[in-house]
Amino acid sequence: MISKKMRNNNKLNCLVILLVIIFVTIAERSFDAYVIRILNLCAIYIILGVSLNLINGFTGQFSLGHAGFMAIGAYASALLYMSPQIKEVNYFITPLIMPFRVIETSFFVSLIFAGLVAALVGFLVGAPCLRLKGDYLAIVTFGFAEIIRVVFNNLQSVTNGPLGLKGLPIYTNLWWTWGIAILTVLVVKNIVNSSYGRALKSIRENESAAEAMGVNLFFHKSLAFTVGAFFAGLGGALLGSLVMTIDPNTFSFLLTFQLIVIVIVGGLGSITGTIIAASAIAVLMELLRAVEAPMNIFGLHVPGIPGMRMLIFAILLMTVVLFFKQGIMGNKEWSWEGLFKIIFPKQRDIKEGD
Amino acid sequence: MTFNAFLQNLSNGISLGFLFALIAIGYSMVYGILNLINFAHGDIFMMATFFAYYAIAFFSLPWGIAFFLAIVLTAVLGVLVDRFAYRPLRNSPRISCLCSAIGMSFLLENFAIVVFGGRPKAFFRPEVFTKVFVMSGVRIHSVSIVTPIIAILALLALTYIIYRTKTGLAMRAISRDFDTANLMGININKTIAVTFAIGSGLAATGAILWALRYPQIYPYMGIFPGWRAFAAAIMGGIGSIRGATLGGFLVGLLTIMIVAFLPALAGYKDAFIFVGVIIVLLWKPKGLFGED
Repeated sequence: MISKKMRNNNKLNCLVILLVIIFVTIAERSFDAYVIRILNLCAIYIILGVSLNLINGFTGQFSLGHAGFMAIGAYASALLYMSPQIKEVNYFITPLIMPFRVIETSFFVSLIFAGLVAALVGFLVGAPCLRLKGDYLAIVTFGFAEIIRVVFNNLQSVTNGPLGLKGLPIYTNLWWTWGIAILTVLVVKNIVNSSYGRALKSIRENESAAEAMGVNLFFHKSLAFTVGAFFAGLGGALLGSLVMTIDPNTFSFLLTFQLIVIVIVGGLGSITGTIIAASAIAVLMELLRAVEAPMNIFGLHVPGIPGMRMLIFAILLMTVVLFFKQGIMGNKEWSWEGLFKIIFPKQRDIKEGD
Repeated sequence: MTFNAFLQNLSNGISLGFLFALIAIGYSMVYGILNLINFAHGDIFMMATFFAYYAIAFFSLPWGIAFFLAIVLTAVLGVLVDRFAYRPLRNSPRISCLCSAIGMSFLLENFAIVVFGGRPKAFFRPEVFTKVFVMSGVRIHSVSIVTPIIAILALLALTYIIYRTKTGLAMRAISRDFDTANLMGININKTIAVTFAIGSGLAATGAILWALRYPQIYPYMGIFPGWRAFAAAIMGGIGSIRGATLGGFLVGLLTIMIVAFLPALAGYKDAFIFVGVIIVLLWKPKGLFGED
C-alpha cells in the first residue's frame, strides 16, 4: 500500500522532473554554447559525484579509483561511436584491433557498453580488494586507477596510447547528461532507501556488527562498487564526447580528487549535498577562471597567475574539511516534508492514512 | 645481458632503492603513529628541492649550508602541515584525516605552481656530485656512491633516536596504543611534531639526493617518487621502519631491473609496481613486515 504522503511526494517528484525537462528544452534552444557546456558539466559531475558517494559515503569504502572507471567508460564508448573514418585518422601509427575497426554504433548502445564494461571491471577489481579495509582499500583502488592509466598509455592498438583520441563526434547534449543524471540519482536513491541501502549503511557504521547481523559483506560491497563503476563509466563516456579529446592522462588522480572534493563538500552520505556541491563546483571552476586572467586593480596591472584557480580550490577543500566537517548537508537529505516544515512551520503533520 | 651491464643496473637500482627507502620511512613513521596516510609527503619532498634551489640561486649560499638549511626548513614545514592540517582532526573519523591529507597535497602543489612557477628549473649540482667513476666498464656516478652512505647514516641515526632516546620511546608507545600513551603523560602533540620533523627531514635528504641525480625540479615532481615510495612503504608493511627500508629497496631494484631485463615492458613499470603492491596486500594484508 502506498501512503497518501508518498503518493503526493511522487507527484511532486514527477513535477520536478517535468520542470527539468522544460528547462532543458528551453536551454537547448536558446542558451549560448558556453552556458550549455557548463550545464552539461554540472550534470556529469552530478553523475560522477553521486556514484562515488554510493561507494565512499553510503558504504564507507574509501575508493580512489573513480577516474579509472571513467577512463574505461570513455574509451569503451569512443571505440563504438567513432566512425571508421575517424578511427583511421586517429590510429595512424598502430591500427586499431579488428572488431572495433569497422564497428560504428549509436551513442545509446555505446553508452550501455561503456557502463557495462566499467561495471564488469569494477566488479573484477572490487571483488578481491574488498577484503582490505580503510586505507589499504584506498591504496589498492588508487593503484588500480594508476594501472589503468599506464596500460592505456601503452596499449596502442586499442587506445592509441598517449596520443589519445581526437575529434570525437559530439553526441553529448543536455538531454543525455541530465537524463542520465536523473537516472543516476533515482537509482542511487532507491538503492539507498531499500534494504540494500540499510545494509550498506550498516557496513559503513560497523563492519563486524553488520556481518554478525547477517549482512553479506561481499555481496553488498560488490554491489556498491559495481553500481558506482557503472555510472562512472557512463559519466566518463559523456565527458569524452563532450570534450571531444581524450587521452589516458585526462583521467589522472586530479580528476578523482575533484570528485572527492564534491562528495566531501556536499557531505558524505547525502545525495542532495552531492548535487548541490557538484553544480556549485562546476560553476565555480568557470567563474574562478577570472582569477587567472590578467586584471587591473585600482589602476595596478596584475598579470594572470596560472594555477591560482586550483589553489583557491584546494584552500576551499581544506576549509570545509577542517571547519565544516559534515559538508553542506551532512548525511541529511532534502525532502518535501522538510521543505513544507520550513514554509509552514506551525502546521502539524498530516496523519498518515493507509 | 653481460655481467657488466648487470652490475651497472644493480648499482643504479641500489642507489635508487636507498632514495625510495628514505622517502618511504617518512610515510611509515607517520602511519605508525597516526594511522594516517600522509599524502602530502611527496609534496613536502618537492618543497625541499625548491628550498635548496632558492637558497643557492637567490641567497647564493654555499651548497653545503643551502642543503642543510633546506632540510631544516622542510622539517619545519612538516611540523606546520601537522599543526594546521592534521592536529585539528585528531579525534575525527579517519576519512576526514585522509581528505585533509589529499587536500594538503594539492594545496602544496598549487602553492608551488603559483609561487615558484610551473616551468621546470635546473637544479644546481656541485662539482663533487657530477663526477663519474669507471670501474672495469661499470660507470658509477658519485651521487650513486654518496646516496647509500648518507642513507645508511640517516638510518643509523633514526634507529638510535627510535630505540635509544626518550622521544623514541614515546613514539613507540604512541604507535602501540595512542590513548594509553596519552594517559601515561606522554606529550602526544610534541611527539607527533617530532615525528613529522624527522620524517620530513629524511624526505628532504632524499629530495636533495634525488635532485642531484635528476637535476630538474618542478611542482609536480613529488608525485612520481612520492607514490613509489608510498608503494614501497605499503609493500614492506606500513608502520615498520625495517619494512619501509626493504620495500624501498625492492621498488628501486624493480624499477631499474624491469627496464633492463624486459625493455619491451618498460612502459608498464609503474603498473608492475602497483600490481606488486596489490599482490603483496592480498597475500599479506599488512605487508611483508607488518605487525598483525
